[in-house]
Amino acid sequence: MPDGFLNAPTSLATGAVAAAGLALALRGARRELDGPTAPMAGLVATFVFAAQMLNFPVGAGTSGHLLGGALAAVLVGPWTAVLCLSVVLIVQSLLFADGGITALGTNITLISLVGVLVGWAVTRVLLAMLPKRVGVIAPAAAIGAFLSVPTAAGVFAALYALGGTAPLPFGSVLTAMVGWHVVIGLGEAAITGLVVASIVGVRPDLVYAARPALAARPLQLATAPR
Amino acid sequence: MGAPHGHRLHFHTHSPVHAMAAHLKVLALVGFMLCVVLTPRTWLPAFAGYLAALLLVISVSGVPLRYVVPRMVVEVPFLAFAALMPFLSAGPRIEVLGVAMSRPGLEAGTALVIKGSLGVLASLTLAATTEPHELLSGLRRLRVPAALVDVMAFMLRYLDVVTDELRRMRIAVDSRGFSARSPRHWAVLATSLGALFVRSYERGERVHRAMLSRGYER
Repeated sequence: MPDGFLNAPTSLATGAVAAAGLALALRGARRELDGPTAPMAGLVATFVFAAQMLNFPVGAGTSGHLLGGALAAVLVGPWTAVLCLSVVLIVQSLLFADGGITALGTNITLISLVGVLVGWAVTRVLLAMLPKRVGVIAPAAAIGAFLSVPTAAGVFAALYALGGTAPLPFGSVLTAMVGWHVVIGLGEAAITGLVVASIVGVRPDLVYAARPALAARPLQLATAPR
Repeated sequence: MGAPHGHRLHFHTHSPVHAMAAHLKVLALVGFMLCVVLTPRTWLPAFAGYLAALLLVISVSGVPLRYVVPRMVVEVPFLAFAALMPFLSAGPRIEVLGVAMSRPGLEAGTALVIKGSLGVLASLTLAATTEPHELLSGLRRLRVPAALVDVMAFMLRYLDVVTDELRRMRIAVDSRGFSARSPRHWAVLATSLGALFVRSYERGERVHRAMLSRGYER
């Protein structure tokens, strides 16, 4: 989102929300990554940045890319994910001129706080209801990713009703934003599910959301027949 | 495997703008853009003044305009949104070239294009004149929490390493005759991303252990 979408008071308010969220994320990430965090979180942020660069063809010459909030939350834990996505947004704004500097607070609030935390909450609730097996993590992550995108769009519509710069009726902004982002959410869900499934298949020990399932798994000893 | 100096948007030359302390440039950018956003949309001469000030800074910086202007394409998706505003907004209708549109919507759409473009131009000026390591020390001087700046530092340090890794993986699948054309091919791309995550995570662990063995504590 560029500068000039929301008025200055709303931008400052979302900036304060983003700063508070980042402070919580810095403390939470320390717990999730078990100690010093900078190298790990930095590399995860780099991964998110690279993942957003990869284009997924939709057909007819168009393509989309991942937002990655729910994906990062499932892989490294929600607070580390908030930290990493926020760092990506800050770097994009300051060094790549992508996303306005006065819109940075709004972008962090929507993409990193709402996107990650909604995606994580949905995934977490689903995993609590489903059997503790690593196989259910990818579908749960896909549903979390799907719901996180239109939710963030809905929050944007609410912010626009509060501090938008054009007299667009709230109902039509909400319908247009949520409707369009349901489509984007389907793509996000598919990519998130596929990526999580591919990692759970080879290195489930690296997936944060797989920790309870791995802890519940009994130790198996197999011997080859002579 | 040394990381290159600079980054994709940096334009290397010597000028007072390049030499200026990064924390002052960040403060100037934030202050300038707050002024732009706060300016009522009907004050068109003020926006002309902002543009003139920006162009002056760009000319002092020695970054050619033909370097800056093509890089403004990042804002194109939002121009589409701004173009729709006159048709979707409420309020009194006016006719422009025989097409009915909302007057406040037209004003807001125009203002969004002006403010958004000024924002992109100002951000590009910062990005073109500031090296990543200068920006990091600038943010430290602005009392951005050290833990946050450290994460940014590691991200920037390994940005080219990881994106190159992704590029090599794409070359590997391309050279085996793969070409992604439709959602049927997403599984292959997603597997690449999965492998990229595992490699990035393991690289993070190696970097962390290497730093611990050299006495890093934080």
